[in-house]
Amino acid sequence: MDIDIIKVLWLRQVRRYYRSGSRLLGTLGQPILLLLALGYGIGAIYRRAGDGNYLQFLVPGIVTQTVLLSGIFWGIIIIQDKRFGFLSEMLVAPVSRLKILIGSAIGGATISIIQGILVFIMALIFGFRPYSWAEVPIAFLILVMMCIALTSLGAGIASSVNDFQGFQGINNLIVTPAFFLSSALYPLNNIPTVLKIISTINPVSYMVDALRTILANQSHFGLTKDLIVMSITFVVAIAFAVYRFNRIQL
Amino acid sequence: MTETIIQAIDLKKQFGDFEAVKGISFEVKRGEIFAFLGPNGAGKSTTIKMLTTMLRPTSGTLKLDGHDVANERDSARKAFGIVFQDPSLDEELSAYENMELHAILYRVPKAQQKHRINSLLELVDLNERKDSMVKTFSGGMRRRLEIARGLIHEPKVLFLDEPTLGLDTQTRNMLWNYVKKLSKEKGMTIFFTTHYLDEAEAVAETIAIIDHGLIIERGTSKQLTKETGTKTLEQAYLKLTGTEIRDESGNNDGLNARMARRNKALR
Repeated sequence: MDIDIIKVLWLRQVRRYYRSGSRLLGTLGQPILLLLALGYGIGAIYRRAGDGNYLQFLVPGIVTQTVLLSGIFWGIIIIQDKRFGFLSEMLVAPVSRLKILIGSAIGGATISIIQGILVFIMALIFGFRPYSWAEVPIAFLILVMMCIALTSLGAGIASSVNDFQGFQGINNLIVTPAFFLSSALYPLNNIPTVLKIISTINPVSYMVDALRTILANQSHFGLTKDLIVMSITFVVAIAFAVYRFNRIQL
Repeated sequence: MTETIIQAIDLKKQFGDFEAVKGISFEVKRGEIFAFLGPNGAGKSTTIKMLTTMLRPTSGTLKLDGHDVANERDSARKAFGIVFQDPSLDEELSAYENMELHAILYRVPKAQQKHRINSLLELVDLNERKDSMVKTFSGGMRRRLEIARGLIHEPKVLFLDEPTLGLDTQTRNMLWNYVKKLSKEKGMTIFFTTHYLDEAEAVAETIAIIDHGLIIERGTSKQLTKETGTKTLEQAYLKLTGTEIRDESGNNDGLNARMARRNKALR
């Protein structure tokens, strides 16, 4: 029976996603733009500098950015549910908050996973080739882990604020720097020290690096380190979400 | 089966140093239609929130169908249905999907779900629109759907928190007729709040008036008018609670009480 509860909460998220065509297009627009402008635009300079194929380097970063945005912005639904009353309906039901959070967050993560795969397919059309197709399933597992962590982060943030503006503010403070100050767009080898320190602290760098190791056979930190940092991020993000969601007062 | 279905003993709720509910005791009889009235900021919503497990009482006992609301939350939750003051449907889902989600959250056996949902939708006259998204529904349709939803798990008590706010006369009329029918035919206990005193006068069997966190009067509409020497419940109510406008904490729920306190602290 309780599986049914998780399932119906998951289904609610997925239904809302596929019914909202504009949301799908809106979140795919930006990665396409980045692939075009950066992948082709900067790619020419990158090659001339002797660093090889920039598109191969960039795609794992863009996939990460997609799920970062999609995961954290998914949190908006918690604020919506708070503001427009549906959360009250769920919270007075004889179901633990943990189950409500799990079902909903798995739904949010599913949406992010789909978005990430769509961007990956888009990248293939743009000329990206994974290093080895046999290892793509491993990349998929990494993607799943990332999506759960980032969705939890979004849920935790959304549980902590009460209005959309506040959420937007926190996001600008977190999402944009987390993307630009990571290893998503540029190699970390020859960059200024300050930037290097920030990128090394930034957990998103390790997500990108893990995907890049598998998909493009290019690694900065090494896969072991990537996976350790990702696992810590994963646990911390989930704990944060559970803690904050449990503290929501209606 | 005891006679009393809701029992509050010396119920208190404190937000910091602000006491929203100052020790109230009352009983609601099984099958009764009970109106809970009071001006904004009187402690009405805080009490409803405690009754419906959304807020924990600071002290006092609160029992619903024999279950301690604070300690046996899930059993208490199964025993009541609620129509919230604010809309609480998922607009991006259809009417049927909203109902189904509720049925599953309340663990209604799968074999019964479809039948119950369909017959309830029939009852509130929404069967033909069951696959339409709720965002296409009017205010009245949404209210009807919320009532139907609150009944899927066959609760013993139905809480209606200002259920007729913003509804047209026809819908209000239909709603109260339906509520009376539920009480009469199913023996369901109805606990409601409203600012329309004519509704309370027409529907409620027992009325309690809360003000400044205390229950100041209780009885049938007739008793209240008799005691105050007035003609209508509205006059009795105004005589008891005064004519001055209350807006110190706006929309009057726990959150607002807390906000008001915080603002006061800032000043």
